[in-house]
Amino acid sequence: MHVGIIFFLVILGSVLFHIFTPWYWTDVASNWGGMDDTITLTFWIGGGVFIAVCLFMIYCVFKFSYKKDRIAEYKPEDKKLEKILTWATTLGVAALLAPGLIIWNQYVNVPKNAIEIDVMAWQWGWQYRLPGEDGKLGTTKVVNINDDNPFGINLDDPFGNDDVMIQSDVINLENNRPVKILLRSVDVLHNWYVPQFRAKMDAVPGIVTFYWFEPNKTGEFEVLCAEYCGVGHYAMRGGVEVQDKQDYDNWLQEQETFSDLIAKQKILENEKTKLAKK
Amino acid sequence: MSEDFNNNKTIQAQSSEAISGGGSGVGVDADYVRPAEVADQDLYHGHSFITKWIFCQDAKVIGVQYFLLATFTGIIGLILSWLMRLQLGFPGLAPFMTAEHYYQFVTMHGMIMVVYFLTALFLGGFGNYLIPLMVGARDMVFPYLNMVSFWSFFVAVGVLLASFFVPGGPTGSGWTLYPPQAILEGTPGSGWGIMLMCISLILFVAGFTMGGLNYLITILQARTRGMTLMRMPLTVWGIFTATVLAMLAFPALLVGALMMSLDNVLGTSFFMPTILKAGEVLEYGGGSPILFQHLFWFFGHPEVYIVALPAFGIVSDLISVHARKNIFGYRMMVWAIVGIGALSFFVWAHHMYVSGMNPWFGFFFATTTLIIAVPTAMKVYNWILTLWRGNIRLNTVMLWCLGFIVTFVNGGITGIFLGNVSVDVPLSDTYFVIAHFHMVMGIAPLMVIMGAVYHWFPLVSGRFLSEKLGKWHFWLTFLGAYSIYFPMHYLGFIGVPRRYFEMYDSPYVTSAVGMNEFISIAAFIVGAAQFILIYNIIKTLKTGKPAGHNPWQACSLEWLTPTVPPEHGNWGDRLPTVHRWAYDYSVPGAKEDFITQTTPPSEVAGSKVEKT
Repeated sequence: MHVGIIFFLVILGSVLFHIFTPWYWTDVASNWGGMDDTITLTFWIGGGVFIAVCLFMIYCVFKFSYKKDRIAEYKPEDKKLEKILTWATTLGVAALLAPGLIIWNQYVNVPKNAIEIDVMAWQWGWQYRLPGEDGKLGTTKVVNINDDNPFGINLDDPFGNDDVMIQSDVINLENNRPVKILLRSVDVLHNWYVPQFRAKMDAVPGIVTFYWFEPNKTGEFEVLCAEYCGVGHYAMRGGVEVQDKQDYDNWLQEQETFSDLIAKQKILENEKTKLAKK
Repeated sequence: MSEDFNNNKTIQAQSSEAISGGGSGVGVDADYVRPAEVADQDLYHGHSFITKWIFCQDAKVIGVQYFLLATFTGIIGLILSWLMRLQLGFPGLAPFMTAEHYYQFVTMHGMIMVVYFLTALFLGGFGNYLIPLMVGARDMVFPYLNMVSFWSFFVAVGVLLASFFVPGGPTGSGWTLYPPQAILEGTPGSGWGIMLMCISLILFVAGFTMGGLNYLITILQARTRGMTLMRMPLTVWGIFTATVLAMLAFPALLVGALMMSLDNVLGTSFFMPTILKAGEVLEYGGGSPILFQHLFWFFGHPEVYIVALPAFGIVSDLISVHARKNIFGYRMMVWAIVGIGALSFFVWAHHMYVSGMNPWFGFFFATTTLIIAVPTAMKVYNWILTLWRGNIRLNTVMLWCLGFIVTFVNGGITGIFLGNVSVDVPLSDTYFVIAHFHMVMGIAPLMVIMGAVYHWFPLVSGRFLSEKLGKWHFWLTFLGAYSIYFPMHYLGFIGVPRRYFEMYDSPYVTSAVGMNEFISIAAFIVGAAQFILIYNIIKTLKTGKPAGHNPWQACSLEWLTPTVPPEHGNWGDRLPTVHRWAYDYSVPGAKEDFITQTTPPSEVAGSKVEKT
């Protein structure tokens, strides 16, 4: 009878591990708590099925293990039972699918008041761009990228001039304000992922992808690249600092815009030409 | 070869047997089996060592060859996993474990285990050995092609392993080989390594297609008299459906590998958009990296079932034989295999929820993915209902089956997390995914492979493997593997991303250092435990207990050959005639607790058989 006992201990151990585990998810810091709830629901239903199936199996091992004079039951099919099980499973699966799809519907529909953030990824780093006072990001092209134009903004796009450029791997966000992350990459796949926000999406070279969330806890969080991007993948970290409105506004004012950068470049060039003339 | 099998006479002899057969009690009609429609197969009999054992056309030998080569490659995959766990559990301990090597080992481990180990072992190994025996054929229908299939696989493995010795080493792009990084500097092996990987895959697919055609046509055309499709053992159904999937899925991988090779060598831009690398714009433009992902997963998801369906089939048979009970709901099981196979072509993009494809696809693929859970759950129910009121032999084979049920249900349930689009968002690309797929398509199929080895070894060699060693092997593997992958899910909950060479001091994972060490130690033990089997096999071949004829009292045809182990041609003078399905165990009124497939109704007149 060892066999049944060991299997039973495995199942019991799994349940106890789940109850007492010190390793569990971080406190959610965005609006995506619903994802956690769906995980919990799936855990209850799925975990229940797992335990039920295993306990039934263990019961059979105890009850029907080999005896010379026992004759197994001969019953090739039981259509009624099979029907009941099929429908019960279908119902359970539907109960899991429905909340999943509802939340996905929220995930793909970005609220109108979300602030857009251009997250630009490369091997191996991040930088960010925010819309200026016009509320719109200028369009970009990979071929435009150079030292004078680190984001590759199209110079003939008027929306680009006032874009706020954050050439750092840390970005600040305003608490309780939805953000739409616009992801792009100049080389390979990347993924801008903050575990506490739950959300993620790949950055794909050639296209712009997006996702959104609303941070609801102030503090600093680590950004991890969640899509393998070559040998520096594990080191491709960044940061997010979620601040209250006041602090965020102060921070925003200190940042440089694209026109600031162009102006600075011009002054530099003028000085250079002056120097050359002299 | 006609002197061996007396081809010309066979048709006549079998027809007359059908007429004159039958005995007391039951009428002649009950024993009638339709006569054969074609003459017996002509076989090439090798006589030299080379034609018998190396360039051999006997499906059984080819099956063993596939098995051995796949196992050899699998051991390399195992050693690579040890090296990875060494780095993850004890970073810095091994000075040669650079990030480059780590990613190369990750890639090779993944590709080897999925394609060159599991796929080759189930279809090439078990498929070749069992299909002709189980359907009552003398051999595969195209023995020569079958031989070429194995040797293509051999060359494919050679090319794959050669990449360890080329400049830059093997590719380190992850087993998914996603471009653009797979062919750009910044990924190890972006020149030679990825090239050899693509060539090896192309060879594998070509070789596999030869084998696959053999399996399909043998099952469809070479079944013996009376072996209707709905009398076939589920092992054959599983391998058959998996092969159909492979025939449809592998071409997607083939063209993906081909197109990426062109991007790499000729500078085409199938998968390559405009790329800025080290301050310079490369000469690519307009390609789509996501296109590759669609091609890869159009292969990759059916691939999961190419591994799983043969395992489903085999485990059904093992449970039935050792629980002394017919498989519960056979027809449901057949349709579940076929249904899962068909559905598996409509779920591929659930690997791509956060890939940047149009997010509206998520609704469709989440729905199809969860639908597939229904037939899969039915299979699980039917396995445990087969145990119910059975007469369960708790031998090593059954232990592996029970281990399979636990790990498969566990891994299947976590699949519902990942398939359910918005639940996948926080978990994708984390250790939860690693834990899930290792449990469901690593450990669970491995449990079946091991069960099958202990089950069929007496047929292949004529000797029983040691039960005592077998039990040690099982418990170390099962408990060890479970304690690797069960806690690993929780690393994923914390948010630890996959494919991280090192975590540094991320606040999420400092608490997980202890767990990583534990998992690594468990991995070393589980890996080492596999060598118990190798020892067991060597020992058994020398001194094992002789098994004799049909040692498990099984019903299915492979145990009913005139000689054990079966000889070339399998059936001696005359092909078997099949009168019933493969699961007449414990039929009320029968003298023994099994009625073989070849037993005519007249011989078991008193038994109350429900299905034939």
